[in-house]
Amino acid sequence: MKATGNMPVPDHSFDSARNQYHSTRILKEIVREAPHDSLKVLGVTEKDLCIPILTFVYGEAQLNGIGALVSLARLRQEFYGAHPDEDIFRDRLHKEALHELGHTFGLIHCSLIECLMHLSNTILDVDRKGRAFCRHCQQAIHSKIEPGRISRWTRR
Amino acid sequence: MDQKVNILIVDDEEIVRDSLSSWLIDDGYEAVAAENGTKALEVFPSRAWDLCLVDLKMPGIDGIQLMEEFRRQVPDQLVIIMTAYATVDTAVKAMKEGAYDYMVKPFNPEDLSMTIRKIIEHQRLVRENIFLRKELKKQYRLHDMISKNDRVLEIFDLVRTVARSNSTVLIQGESGTGKELLARAIHEESPRREAPFISVSCASLTETLLESELFGYEKGAFTGADALKRGKLELAQDGTLFLDEIGDISLKLQMDLLRVLEQKEFRRVGGSNLISITSRIIAATNRDLKKAIGEGKFRDDLYYRLNVISITLPPLRERKEDVPLLVEHFIDRFNIEMDKKVEGVSTGAMRVLMEHDWPGNARELRNVIERAMVVAKDTRISEADISLPVSRKEGSNSKSLGDMEKDHILRILVENRWNIIRSAQVLGIDRVTLYNKIKKYELKKEVGV
Repeated sequence: MKATGNMPVPDHSFDSARNQYHSTRILKEIVREAPHDSLKVLGVTEKDLCIPILTFVYGEAQLNGIGALVSLARLRQEFYGAHPDEDIFRDRLHKEALHELGHTFGLIHCSLIECLMHLSNTILDVDRKGRAFCRHCQQAIHSKIEPGRISRWTRR
Repeated sequence: MDQKVNILIVDDEEIVRDSLSSWLIDDGYEAVAAENGTKALEVFPSRAWDLCLVDLKMPGIDGIQLMEEFRRQVPDQLVIIMTAYATVDTAVKAMKEGAYDYMVKPFNPEDLSMTIRKIIEHQRLVRENIFLRKELKKQYRLHDMISKNDRVLEIFDLVRTVARSNSTVLIQGESGTGKELLARAIHEESPRREAPFISVSCASLTETLLESELFGYEKGAFTGADALKRGKLELAQDGTLFLDEIGDISLKLQMDLLRVLEQKEFRRVGGSNLISITSRIIAATNRDLKKAIGEGKFRDDLYYRLNVISITLPPLRERKEDVPLLVEHFIDRFNIEMDKKVEGVSTGAMRVLMEHDWPGNARELRNVIERAMVVAKDTRISEADISLPVSRKEGSNSKSLGDMEKDHILRILVENRWNIIRSAQVLGIDRVTLYNKIKKYELKKEVGV
């Protein structure tokens, strides 16, 4: 795992009417800029993200793809008018980053609330769900990362 | 999720289609997107959609028109109208046209999740309801008969019990109440079900014809008897012999029949060998046999011999709760026979059917539904498709039922220029019954009519 450095947020991803950034457009840019030998790439941004159909998203990922993106904006306590809390913030980031990466391994939302892949529509949902994948989701990930089964991404 | 939930997205904006379908797919749904109404109508028949998310404003077919078309094809189709323009008018219109819900883009993720969960729960309840209705129908059914009337359900129970015995059964009831169906049900419920069920309509044959029909004849028994013919009593061996309209047979034949029933054996006409009866006898009549006994037209000993187990089928006007059930039953049957997809009747049509008195009973109802299904242009039978022979309220204030029946039959005969077959079809009764009614009411064709 390695950090690739900063990448500017593409201008065309900004939606002035909503004062938010279109996550799909940023995600496409991240994937385009990803090193050739990447297995998975995770983007982290301070920007508040949305998609055309939803008022906001915590992140977005390519199902069975390589790219994932997480926004920090709504993971901070300050967003909800509370005092900053680094522990809570790190816990939320851990969950959402792994959740989005889980999608790149083909995982869909899990019905178990203790699982990281449980859908979070609110920050309470994020806090409520567990910090690890459930047994079923873990198995699904393991089946994908067995040696020889994972192939390197090649840019089209 | 036990079963995949199928969602059809229709939106002219590619970015909306992509983001909504990927969000739904991430959540485990089966999502298919169409870019306009025409494409959506091509995809629509390919599967049963649990939900259609339709954009309100699209070039060509708009969201409301598309929803109407979906609901024309699948009347219970759940549709959610999506729009970027939050106006009360469009929301009201969409809901009025039958949209399940109305959502303004962009959605709050929680609202979208909750709406979909509500839909899944709704679908689960619908499926459960269909299953329970089917289960309930099984209890209302006895082979080809269906009823939820307490008296008829008691008869169904009685049939299940008596079917195992060999006792003679006498079924009484007006024309069209299902006497033959009940006789067949007894046969089907009995251990004799693999053997033949033979039906004889006693009223349609003359005395001598009926005799040879029942008992058969030996070769040379009379002029024209150039070969041996087995009678219905013999053909029904080990099975069931159904004697319909038993109240119409002559006194001589009544005596012969009584002897046969008592001795359990008979001879073919012109024959000398005794043949044992191994069949079960079920008789039926629409006449009042006790009255016929009083008038000397029916032998009381035969009556008591036949009346071991007595069943009286109530007329349809006394079990109106069966009308919707029978309507559904006939629609299901004619959908198969006519290769149609009629789904039911409108509220107005059902009201008309419920208010009618049904003198021809279930048979008349069946004929009315059959005709309505032929003329119906929609998937639902409307009031205009229902053709009843007489206005429901006409003359009901002063005349007796008998007088009304007499007037009605005469009117139909005149309208059909005394064509017996056509008149019987309109009345929903068979020809023999019509002849009997003409005789009973002493109806005559007037000169010049």
